[in-house]
Amino acid sequence: MKTDLSHLRTDFPILSRTIHDKPLVFLDSAASSQKPTQVLDAMDDLYRSRYGNVYRGAYTLSEESTAAYESARSTVARFIGTSPTQVAFVHGTTSGLNTIAYGWGLNHLKSGDTILLTLMEHHANIVPWQMVARYTGARLAYTPFTADYRLDLDAFADLLDDTVKVVAITGMSNVLGTMPPVGEIAAIARDRGALVVVDAAQLVPHFPVEVNEIGADFLAFSGHKMLGPTGVGVLWGRMDRFEEMEPYEGGGEMISDVQLESSTWAPIPHRFEAGTPPFVEAVGLAAAIDYLDAIGMETVAAHDHELTTLALARLAGIPGLTIYGPKDTTDRGGVVSFTMDGIHPHDIATILDGEGIAIRAGHHCARPLARTIGAPATARVSFYVYNVPTDVDALVAGLHKARELFDVA
Amino acid sequence: MSLEDLYRQVILDHYRSPRNQGHIEGCDAHGEGHNPLCGDEIFLDLAIGDDTVIDVAISGQGCSISQASASMMSEAIKGKTLVEVDDLIHRFKVMMNVEQGDDGLDPARPGAVLGDLEALQGVRKFPVRIKCASLPWTTLEEALATREG
Repeated sequence: MKTDLSHLRTDFPILSRTIHDKPLVFLDSAASSQKPTQVLDAMDDLYRSRYGNVYRGAYTLSEESTAAYESARSTVARFIGTSPTQVAFVHGTTSGLNTIAYGWGLNHLKSGDTILLTLMEHHANIVPWQMVARYTGARLAYTPFTADYRLDLDAFADLLDDTVKVVAITGMSNVLGTMPPVGEIAAIARDRGALVVVDAAQLVPHFPVEVNEIGADFLAFSGHKMLGPTGVGVLWGRMDRFEEMEPYEGGGEMISDVQLESSTWAPIPHRFEAGTPPFVEAVGLAAAIDYLDAIGMETVAAHDHELTTLALARLAGIPGLTIYGPKDTTDRGGVVSFTMDGIHPHDIATILDGEGIAIRAGHHCARPLARTIGAPATARVSFYVYNVPTDVDALVAGLHKARELFDVA
Repeated sequence: MSLEDLYRQVILDHYRSPRNQGHIEGCDAHGEGHNPLCGDEIFLDLAIGDDTVIDVAISGQGCSISQASASMMSEAIKGKTLVEVDDLIHRFKVMMNVEQGDDGLDPARPGAVLGDLEALQGVRKFPVRIKCASLPWTTLEEALATREG
């Protein structure tokens, strides 16, 4: 490995624990990442010394919490290359995508319109659109992918007719690792007048992202997949698109005035942050961003890439193992999904857990994709900054053990 | 926790060579079970006559535990009266700790009356896998309930 980040491991308290008397090997960061002390401390400090509800109190604690929350917004904005007013804190990628689907889709879509998704979307970028389609009469279409697990751009061009009003696409498949050319797709789709939405849940934690370079209309990601806490996520939008959008949730903090029959909205982005926001979590996310920035996102991506290349090579040497995802590691993220002849993915996961190795097994919240690849369940490993090449060694040894236990010849 | 407790030879045998696979044309009861968390699927057809399970056919896909449990269940219920099947379902759930036990069962070996199925007792130590073992049985319950309804 050219990129050695092993010195970071001591920042992650959980990595020192054992599972079934074996050292923990954590290979499920695509589901949720572990947290460094710096993130835990930032949240702990806020709770212990500066905690008061944001925007509400004319007292010091509230002012300090508010300042910390707004500072976190600035940190996020800088990280993705935008202005703080274009950063709405939501509860995660799922809540960000629902906010767009309901807030924009419900108010702009009608019968005869098409919402164009892809067959590699996570349920979070399918189900909200299905719900909004049901309310509005819009229809859904899906861009397929090719035999080498790349988005089929010819099919996309064919599907992108004048009825398409929304193109919602993943920045990186959480199953295949495929990274569709979102910039190219955004340019084509926006040119046709479609709203472009990027599910960046896997993209932002692992790659340098400049939202204006991608050129989408909306982009959403989660804090917990990028060393931050659960319960906070980010919805970025172009200002004109934000202005077209109605709030999805109503309540405190998101209003300008409330009369008996109607209300007016607070400025953007606050109108999309109803209720007490996850401000402690936002501060935790900002600490996670500072941590990632200190490593450098280019380095994070290079490190993921080296581990993925290593894992693909080592897994290919195991008899009866099938990998689902591009073999070519360009435009490919650090998740590797696979099946093994004669051993179901759940059994692989249970056997590996016995070795202290945490992997994901199942459909990874992407059932249409699972059906398309003909594997209702797969085993998936995914990497992040704290993983080391010996984690891949442990994985390979665990998979050989699984073959022995199941007596797979 | 020992993996050998979970993956007994009899379980692996049923997983590799599942019994009573297929479908029954014009079956008397049909059940479909899904585990939305993991995507396991069980399809169950029953032929019933004189309040007795005359034939069983199973299809679907899933992990060794759900598929072996389905295979063993199919053997255990074939030829049993519906009253006996209800009793078996109850005893299986007691073994899995998802239903309170009755006085007739040995708490140390609640699966003793279940024959081959006792091999699934080890699943109790793996809480996330109890749903896998139980899926065929909840599917069976649903099939019988739909028939009666």
